[in-house]
Amino acid sequence: MPKKFEKYIVIFFIVLAIIFPLITQNDYYIHIMTLAFIWSIAVYGLNLLAGYTGYLSLAHAGFFAIGAYAVGLLTVKIEMGFWVAFILAPIITAVIGFFIGIISLRTKEHYFAIYTLCVGYVIYLIIDKWDSLTEGVRGLMGIPAPANIGPISFTTPLSQYYLVLAILLLVIFIIYRIINSLVGRTFIAIRNSEPLALSLGISTIKNKLLSFVLSTFFAGLAGALYASFVRFLGPDIASTAITFDLLMYLIVGGIGTLFGPIVGTTLIVWISQNLQFLQDYRMLIFGPLLTILIIFAPRGIMGIIGDWKVKSSEKKRNKEAQKSQSELKKEA
Amino acid sequence: MYLATKQLTKQFGGLHAVNEVDFTVEKGKINAIIGPNGAGKSTFFNLISGVHKPSSGQVIFKNVDISNLPSNKIAKLGVARTFQTTNLFEKSTVFENVIVGHRLRTNSNLFDAIFRTKRLQQEEERSKEKALEVLDFVGLTKSAERVVANISQEEKKRVAFALALATNPEIVFLDEPTAGVNPDETEELSSLIVKMKERGITVCLIEHKMQMIMEMADKIMVLNYGKKIAEGTPNEINNNEQVIEAYLGRSASA
Repeated sequence: MPKKFEKYIVIFFIVLAIIFPLITQNDYYIHIMTLAFIWSIAVYGLNLLAGYTGYLSLAHAGFFAIGAYAVGLLTVKIEMGFWVAFILAPIITAVIGFFIGIISLRTKEHYFAIYTLCVGYVIYLIIDKWDSLTEGVRGLMGIPAPANIGPISFTTPLSQYYLVLAILLLVIFIIYRIINSLVGRTFIAIRNSEPLALSLGISTIKNKLLSFVLSTFFAGLAGALYASFVRFLGPDIASTAITFDLLMYLIVGGIGTLFGPIVGTTLIVWISQNLQFLQDYRMLIFGPLLTILIIFAPRGIMGIIGDWKVKSSEKKRNKEAQKSQSELKKEA
Repeated sequence: MYLATKQLTKQFGGLHAVNEVDFTVEKGKINAIIGPNGAGKSTFFNLISGVHKPSSGQVIFKNVDISNLPSNKIAKLGVARTFQTTNLFEKSTVFENVIVGHRLRTNSNLFDAIFRTKRLQQEEERSKEKALEVLDFVGLTKSAERVVANISQEEKKRVAFALALATNPEIVFLDEPTAGVNPDETEELSSLIVKMKERGITVCLIEHKMQMIMEMADKIMVLNYGKKIAEGTPNEINNNEQVIEAYLGRSASA
């Protein structure tokens, strides 16, 4: 598939996302789509660490919640201006992520996953039990919507949709820049083999920590958007169930692929919306579907497309090789 | 003295995997380490390249004690290595896999990546040129755009060489470079190793294929049960009683 063609597909989806609200005219659908975009920003963070660096963190909902509560607490309790709080939130998350990263990255593979799972649960417990700060199970209410920027206000679902979309596109662009640079190649080298990366002179500790901190930064950013969009926070957003939702979005879309997070998240959010009428029974459909997907496409939907692209380019190569050989024969 | 070990020892619990080994690597030559299975050859390599810290003794490289440096710092000094098995990114092309080999000679950070600064662009260009250069050196120019999953075992070995060479090494340590390839391919890989030496790169390798070692090595060290039992030219090693004993057992007539 030529590069140009891929570009057109990306442009097509961006245009589709921009005109989507005009097509549906339905506030509920716009609401769902905005949420899906927020989740996918968090999934992009997870993808950087789990997909490109090979470290599966199960504390991601915890960092999402830290970002959300940072906005909530700064605006409600300290009455800070919205945008200041909004910018501080992912930074606070990343700083906390830095210290947790230093400790948790001493472990590897399954141990890392288990350790971060515990970290995530501890974050949940802190939010749940520290009533005086977080309001605990009662929840944190009265979070303001994004403040106006000049003449632009963000009070309608439509304007919020475009705000989230713009940030999502920016996040995808930044991730694209990172993974296609020497920094991204360094992450991928660590994922492939840490001893090999070390022998190539790569400081694995420094790079793993960088990936971890970036991953928490994006989780915090998604959390901050969530807080300003839903405007009510409960400890449940830090629960492990959310972590595994994020992981499911990532695996279905394609772990370690650029468009996996957005594809997986929007797809599953829409499917589960359409299966609302089944209530909890929809898990009966989800479970087997997910199992089948993991068996036949361990790298998700974008993984299948990637494999298909590799195959077709290999075929083309073989054809060209045959062609040049037969031409050589003719000349001989 | 170029690279030398002094009384190098590594203990795993009560086991002396490497026991007081003195060895000097001769600059610009092919140095080989041989020995029966479990003799401590790979551990010896791991001690030099910083994967393991020695229990006692030293590794000296160009008059600097590198015994306690981490692997990545040792690599930066110009000491490269390959592994018995190389984990490459199977879904990506050979070329894409090799680019990261030059990463240690670049300085771009996250900021450079996000804003695509001039420094990043220049360093990426340099890394790509380096990748093409080393792929040409190992004879993989034609396979550069192929996906790693589709190339042969022998080609993967060459990619591993290319990665090591992309770090601009002065000395390379090859851990069983021809394990698992057929005799014809072994010959091609050995000529590649000779080519490295001709380029001025010092080579140190572990190998099981005796004939190949005897033909190409300038110097051989033999390890057995973690101890050095012989050191010398291929000829000297060939006639060494202790070596014959270690490999074939004590002869009945002796």
